[in-house]
Amino acid sequence: MKKRTPPPADAAPSAAGTAAPGAIDADPWTDLRRYTAARLALGRAGASLPTAEVLRFGLAHAKARDAVHLALDAGALQAALAADGCATLRAHSAAADRGSYLARPDLGRKLAADSAAALRAQAGPAGCDLLLVIGDGLSSLAVERNARALVAEIRRGLPAGWTLGPVVVATQARVALADEIGQALGARLVAMLIGERPGLSSPDSLGLYLTWAPRPGRSDAQRNCISNIRPEGLGHAEAARRLWWLCLEARRLGLTGVALKDNSEGALPGAGTPLALPAAASAPDTGTQDKP
Amino acid sequence: MPYRHTLDHRNWVFADLREVLAKASPARSGDQLAGLAAESAVERMAARMCLAELPLARFLEEALIPYEDDEVTRLIIDGHDPAAFAPVAHLTVGDFRDWLLSDHADEAALAALRPGITPEMAAAVSKLMRNQDLVRVAQKCRVITRFRNTIGLPGRLSVRLQPNHPTDDARGIAAAIVDGLLYGAGDAVIGINPASDSLPALTRLVRMLDEIIDRLALPTQSCVLTHVTNTVQMIEQGAPVDLVFQSVAGTQAANAAFGISLATLREAREAALSLKRGSLGDNLMYFETGQGSALSADAHHGVDQQTCEARAYAVAREFKPLLTNTVVGFIGPEYLYDGKQILRAGLEDHFCGKLLGLPLGCDVCYTNHAEADQDDMDSLLTLLGVAGINFIMGVPGADDIMLNYQSTSFHDGLYLRQALGLRRAPEFEDWLQRMQLVDEAGHALPLSPAHPALGTLRRLALPA
Repeated sequence: MKKRTPPPADAAPSAAGTAAPGAIDADPWTDLRRYTAARLALGRAGASLPTAEVLRFGLAHAKARDAVHLALDAGALQAALAADGCATLRAHSAAADRGSYLARPDLGRKLAADSAAALRAQAGPAGCDLLLVIGDGLSSLAVERNARALVAEIRRGLPAGWTLGPVVVATQARVALADEIGQALGARLVAMLIGERPGLSSPDSLGLYLTWAPRPGRSDAQRNCISNIRPEGLGHAEAARRLWWLCLEARRLGLTGVALKDNSEGALPGAGTPLALPAAASAPDTGTQDKP
Repeated sequence: MPYRHTLDHRNWVFADLREVLAKASPARSGDQLAGLAAESAVERMAARMCLAELPLARFLEEALIPYEDDEVTRLIIDGHDPAAFAPVAHLTVGDFRDWLLSDHADEAALAALRPGITPEMAAAVSKLMRNQDLVRVAQKCRVITRFRNTIGLPGRLSVRLQPNHPTDDARGIAAAIVDGLLYGAGDAVIGINPASDSLPALTRLVRMLDEIIDRLALPTQSCVLTHVTNTVQMIEQGAPVDLVFQSVAGTQAANAAFGISLATLREAREAALSLKRGSLGDNLMYFETGQGSALSADAHHGVDQQTCEARAYAVAREFKPLLTNTVVGFIGPEYLYDGKQILRAGLEDHFCGKLLGLPLGCDVCYTNHAEADQDDMDSLLTLLGVAGINFIMGVPGADDIMLNYQSTSFHDGLYLRQALGLRRAPEFEDWLQRMQLVDEAGHALPLSPAHPALGTLRRLALPA
């Protein structure tokens, strides 16, 4: 039976810091990690990951799994928005709970009957140019951390002559739920701000889906998306600026989706990194299966 | 026309061919969501027994989606080659499974058969096959493609280097490319999923990849995986585009939801061909697919998701792609609920793709809302390696920080090479040897901080 010999006193620390000397080949390019949050230069045990990284990854997965099931505190969000001077409405999809939400995306895309009736009763006669809907999607954490600040930036950027509707807070929501809500409230454009699939490194990323002339039956190709909205990704102010650029283009062209090409970077000198995709897969929707 | 099967004095009736196929499918959440799945385990077996007795030729007589309504059906029917079909034309679906597993179906026979097989036939027989059958028959199919290197040779496995970054940051992407190349990944393609949809930003990425490949004289190709219409615009504006990417699905309506048609793909391929950038061959399309896309676009016409997926391969093979991969676990638990369903779907997709003549790879992956984990991915990865998959993904540490899902890592690629003795595309392996990153057997060499390749790669894209 092999015995592990104690490491010499002057042994260099291994990549993982804890392993037997010689068992791990360290990667001498860990400095590259400063350019990205990607899991670079992990080192190897044979061809495989060192133990420390296996555990680190397992913990990140555990956190993301838990984030999927955390419920949104819609009341607290409404109160916060009200404190900012925002009128709000509540909506609920036809998915009664998290289990049916995950298994039945069709239910997450349509309003519960009582919710639909309540929204129609509250619709103003004139509708609005842009309606904001906040949906929990697959990460209520993303909504809790980003929705209030993003709404504030969007309101700050409101172009002259544009009207905003009340902010609708929707639970067990998928992207397309905004189509029915937008139609019920007479919105010319609807933007769904929704918690994206939680990633290992970003359990709190918000997505925004913009749809012209919302009504049930709109397809993903008819939306524009701004993804990864969070302080470590696309900032709230830049996301709001991007949204208004898309809104103005949508009104000019009378559409959203693949025919609305995002050239906003050229149109906005000095703008930060653009992040608009055609409606895509990272969100809790409907889903295209592609990696957009 | 209804189909019947009697089991233990009970007469099971299936309204049409679509229903036989759907109910014969192994259980999965997407078919249940669509209301197409068998309602009991016995009904599923009745459907399979019914399917096993159907002549293969039946699929040429009864279109699952009407010819008049769907250009994918027209592509399948109009492109069918009766001469190629002749060797199996007399078989039932059940007999076809036996034939595929027999020694009659060797590499040459399977290659000759391709134009005679429709996606529906491939899907049908797969529903009668166990996982080991899907592995064994796929192993006998060989599909080789070329652009700047040779992908799909026997005993070889390629890896797509996927260096995504949530804000498309050039240095962040370059850092991941350096990591991947040092791990010997990237022979399938260096392919970025951009966060941006803006043409100037996309063009910057295309140019950056072109410069990296050019300066390193890397025998591989680049791709920025954006909508095909964006890529065409970039080509028109003079961007150095190697591969044209698009997600494709198996029905005309689902493709419309992706914003494409067969004509769109044809035009894009011609535009890219006009650039003449391939040194060894002109396979330059890159497609991604995945079970559930037609249903999620409400465009499945009552056809089960695995058959829809096989029809997507008819779309793909029309354009002679360099690469096609199923993104099997990406779509989420409403279509593939757990590790078992993802594993089965991955093997089905690989088998159907290879039987139809596609250079199939797989994004072995899962999302955080699915009932799956790394152990499930290890199982699928290993089985696909045995089955002869053309390529897999390589993502730093398996964690895609842009798309928020888990794929396979550079380490996973090395694991599969070690476990199964699989080498890289030969031109790429030669380059790695010249860079002293692998030995003559293709094994990764340990790297000291003074290794010359490290300096070369650093200087390339990452100013200190």
